[in-house]
Amino acid sequence: MRILVLLKAVPVVGTERLDDALRTDRSVALEANGNDEYVLEAALKLTEAHGGEVTLLSVGPPGAMDPLRKALAMGATRAVHVADEAMRGSCYVGTARVLEAALRRLEYDLVFAGADTSDGQGGVIAPALAARLGLPYLSYASRIEPAPDGRTVTIRRLRPGGYDVLEAPMPALVMGTQVLGEPRYPSLRGIMQARNKEIRTWTLADLGLDARSVGAGAATTRVLRAEPPAQRAGATIIREAPETAVAQVIDLLAARRLI
Amino acid sequence: MANGIWAVGELADGRPTRVTLELATLARTLAEQTGRDAATVLIGAGATDAAAQVAAYGPDVLAVEAAQVMEQPVASVVAPRLAAMVADREPDYLLVAASTDGKDLAGLLLGLLELPILANGSSVAWDGDGPTVEMSTFGGRLVTHSSFTQPRGVLLVRPASVVAQEAATPGRVGSVQVEVSAELPPVRVTDRVDEERGGTPIEEARVIVAGGRGVGGPDGFRQVEELAQALGGAVGATRAAVDAGWVGYAQQIGQTGKVVKPALYIAAGISGAIQHKVGVQTAGTIVAINKDPDAPIAEFADLVVVGDLFEILPRLTEAIRARRGNGQTPA
Ligand SMILES: Cc1cc2nc3c(=O)[nH]c(=O)nc-3n(C[C@H](O)[C@H](O)[C@H](O)COP(=O)(O)OP(=O)(O)OC[C@H]3O[C@@H](n4cnc5c(N)ncnc54)[C@H](O)[C@@H]3O)c2cc1C
Ligand SMILES: Nc1ncnc2c1ncn2[C@@H]1O[C@H](COP(=O)(O)O)[C@@H](O)[C@H]1O
Repeated sequence: MRILVLLKAVPVVGTERLDDALRTDRSVALEANGNDEYVLEAALKLTEAHGGEVTLLSVGPPGAMDPLRKALAMGATRAVHVADEAMRGSCYVGTARVLEAALRRLEYDLVFAGADTSDGQGGVIAPALAARLGLPYLSYASRIEPAPDGRTVTIRRLRPGGYDVLEAPMPALVMGTQVLGEPRYPSLRGIMQARNKEIRTWTLADLGLDARSVGAGAATTRVLRAEPPAQRAGATIIREAPETAVAQVIDLLAARRLI
Repeated sequence: MANGIWAVGELADGRPTRVTLELATLARTLAEQTGRDAATVLIGAGATDAAAQVAAYGPDVLAVEAAQVMEQPVASVVAPRLAAMVADREPDYLLVAASTDGKDLAGLLLGLLELPILANGSSVAWDGDGPTVEMSTFGGRLVTHSSFTQPRGVLLVRPASVVAQEAATPGRVGSVQVEVSAELPPVRVTDRVDEERGGTPIEEARVIVAGGRGVGGPDGFRQVEELAQALGGAVGATRAAVDAGWVGYAQQIGQTGKVVKPALYIAAGISGAIQHKVGVQTAGTIVAINKDPDAPIAEFADLVVVGDLFEILPRLTEAIRARRGNGQTPA
């Protein structure tokens, strides 16, 4: 089974900032998007159990190399990195174009994507790619089970209060959640092996894409301004014994007509 | 319908969800401000029956029956129908709920029509010649305001971003037949499993009582549930509690969970990490129960009770029940 994992390199959570053009600054240290590590872990477990290989695909700046190396050390087979200065400032439309073009040049039985990204919170790239590539789209997976004959894939799709079981023919695109399970840490051996693993680098020209169809110039959205969030007024601290404290909570809730 | 603003509704068991009424209200307000046409699109099983209720919020309703939503994921049925309607009637802007189905739908439309998207909006305004969307980003450390660079696109709007208000004059209801040129590849729903007893989804709850690592285990969570029940509210959780398996992922609040906006949020044994804070910082009143007075949650709570939650929660539940018993019901 050939699984292709879409892995976005995002600024290390907690250090994100905007650049002068009000775009997410990607010149800072990058890490693998948290949700993408969950689907990577699921992909590694599946190929360990059933055989096969895991290819990583990341579209992003040079700093994406670090998280790609880490993912290879976790056990992925190889990586494809699409990097081109002209992509900087792409919106969802531009990013989807590049990922689509790259996916058309790769072979897979399943494509895995994360539920959304820590820097954009879109959750829209995975369904967009499925629609463009004509792949069945299975989202919000908490469990992924390919059939032994490799023809179909079954997932559990989370919804409030439970889950739905979805089934589709392969190849298909599966978007997964944190419930798939914690990602592993790279082992020392994995880190050593990763040094010899292939990272292919593609430019827009390699993908046959016109540089003007992506990047800031082609962006369909833009950030106009940004400000820190409004601060909430400071908290009242209650340190009384439980009975008194509870009475004070009740008073506040009653005064605010919440009970 | 060129110049149009469409609210795209959602149906749950044949009934419009609350966010549908919010989006219909938003479409009406934006249309009134800008002299545009507004409509609400309802696609699904029972769309025609649900349409009258939605029309009360102002915009005319375009109802499309689609029984397939019973056997296929909702977004994969709605997307090709909506895409056909958009190609035919050319509305400028679509308001779509930033729910799981809504995000799937917006993404499928991005794929089918290359429609631009402004994601994760917490409020929408009109700025000269187009809509602007406010979004909380970078773990809640920044609020951005964004616009489209040309006059069309999809706005993903989070639940509880607007207050649903009926209009003075209701809209009309029209049934629409849609010719779909190509369906999306088949995905079958083979089973639907309910794991937790129903109850209000946390996105729609007026009161949420949430527990974190501090509740210590599933038994501790029962105390959280009891208080929630006494208050007629829903149960929420941090990722630490969800990862520990004490409560389901549907209950998780925060960056990788739900963003909620209840009138009252009670947090028991929750430190208030930034990734949790972003899911709840716009709640009306926040009460925290924590042993540690310096926990980060004190920075955004209204009231912090410093103490052991196992001593506080049962007494609070008792006190609420006593008030209820006295005939004092919530406002
Ligand atoms: C990319 C990313 C995404 C994330 N997404 C989310 C998300 O969506 N939602 C989320 O919640 N977290 C998320 N997290 C995790 C987040 O960083 C925190 O680890 C998590 O919120 C902590 O949960 P907690 O408050 O329950 O636990 P802790 O931080 O361990 O806090 C427990 C609190 O309970 C108090 N306590 C302990 N015992 C008692 C007692 N008996 N009585 C009273 N108080 C007590 C302690 O003083 C402490 O403040 C994410 C993290 C990352 C990196
Ligand atoms: N630049 C990128 N490179 C690789 N994968 C991406 C990229 N952008 C988005 N993705 C994938 O799409 C998912 C959803 O992204 P988004 O819609 O931007 O929140 C991510 O979790 C990734 O799996």
